[in-house]
Amino acid sequence: MLRQASRLLAHRPILAARTRAFSTDLPASEQTADATFAEAWNKVIPNIDPPKTPLSFMQPRPPAPSSIPSKLTVNFVLPYASELATKEVDMVIVPATTGQMGVLPGHVATIAELKPGVLSVHEGNEVTKYFVSSGFVFIHANSFADIIAVVAVPLDQLDANLVQKGLTEFTSKLSSATTDLEKAEAQIGVDVHSALNSSLTG
Amino acid sequence: MAALRREGRRFAPLISPRPITAVRSSPFAPSHEDEDPIGVRYISTQVVRNRMKSVKNIQKITKAMKMVAASKLRAVQTKAENSRGLWQPFTALLGDLPSVDVKKSVVVTISSDKGLCGGINSTSVKISKGIHKLNSGPEKETKYVILGEKAKAQLIRDSKKDIELIITELQKNPLNHTQVSVLADEILKNVEFDALRIVFNKFHSVVSFIPTVSTVLSPEIVEREAESGGKLGDLDNYEVEGGETKGEILQNLAEFQFSCVMFNAVLENACSEQGARMSAMDSSSRNAGDMLDRLTLTYNRTRQASITTELIEIISGASALEG
Repeated sequence: MLRQASRLLAHRPILAARTRAFSTDLPASEQTADATFAEAWNKVIPNIDPPKTPLSFMQPRPPAPSSIPSKLTVNFVLPYASELATKEVDMVIVPATTGQMGVLPGHVATIAELKPGVLSVHEGNEVTKYFVSSGFVFIHANSFADIIAVVAVPLDQLDANLVQKGLTEFTSKLSSATTDLEKAEAQIGVDVHSALNSSLTG
Repeated sequence: MAALRREGRRFAPLISPRPITAVRSSPFAPSHEDEDPIGVRYISTQVVRNRMKSVKNIQKITKAMKMVAASKLRAVQTKAENSRGLWQPFTALLGDLPSVDVKKSVVVTISSDKGLCGGINSTSVKISKGIHKLNSGPEKETKYVILGEKAKAQLIRDSKKDIELIITELQKNPLNHTQVSVLADEILKNVEFDALRIVFNKFHSVVSFIPTVSTVLSPEIVEREAESGGKLGDLDNYEVEGGETKGEILQNLAEFQFSCVMFNAVLENACSEQGARMSAMDSSSRNAGDMLDRLTLTYNRTRQASITTELIEIISGASALEG
């Protein structure tokens, strides 16, 4: 009975579509990257197989197309979930440190840091809004956008009262802070809560 | 039957059953002769019985450990699979350069605190030592940062001077991103590095764990590689928004990358640990079952031989009386 259980566990589809079946499926660029490492390894440590590297576990990205594609492919990842994985959308508006940045297909390749604010994903007529704490956004030349955030909450899950309470609490902490560390922590709290506030009202 | 056996032991001198010892194949002596002061020898099944009891208990324990490991695996596996998307954007942007030539590399070895999980910790340590060897040379040095007791025990023996930081009791509380970020912060603060190589066992399936090394480069090396062209050459094409300088953003990027990659690595290693423990405990229960079967056979043989011997005595005694 236990053997059945372990067999069932092993048969469950464990990995998502991001694995490769055979090594011949790897495109040439991945193989060269791993090859120099593998060669160097085999020279020094011949008895043990070289360890794998992350490139072998990833789907390769398509190269930059010659014409601007019609849709933007968005990967929105959080530590605990992949919110959006290779979803084709029309536009995303990200809260970069320099302000709200709209990303359309064909956007120039950019690396931007995010500040606490509202992220909105526009697909056709629907708009999904999330409040993100902070993170990074990479926009690649092939109209792929990777948004990596630490926390993202859909706006309807925010409680206005708690936001107000938090804002007043951190403002008072900021005024009464003595050390630099306390000041920095209180300042972060104030920033996040005022962003939350404006996201709820605006 | 048992009463007869007891009488037999008190009165009749028994011939010890030689055939039993000839048949015995296993090295542990299941039956032995006991010498009584008056010269009465009898076969004791007590030893075999004790052994069988202890083997049965061990089998129960290992079965229970396997079930516990299976349930823990289920819990961590969903988390690990969800976190797999986290490091992919970084690799898509910065590529993966495990063979980059740097002066100071730091190997972060992730292992478990508890044992009985098969060979995964030894594999991680072997790979770490291999990377150390690969990256040692004139003007190059490699240091270790160890997570987990098992790697600490193995690496402290011969590489004590190369160890920078040891972190244990990682899984006391359920793993979360905040805890790993604090850990990553500690490592970044206290250890100087040009490249960080994180060695862990990637969870492929319940029976297969792939040793993997993820490389995180410091911002200076990223700049150097971007300027020299090659894989990171495209990095210059990216406009960097915000911040005062590009260097500041790259610094934040490297730190964030490290914390994300560490989070995924720690979760994958936890999954591999539970999976390896499951299969180790499963094979251990199976071995205990086999041992129990063999012991049962020996026990039955011993028991039957002693009954036969008693019968022989009684019958020969009775026939001697008759004449």
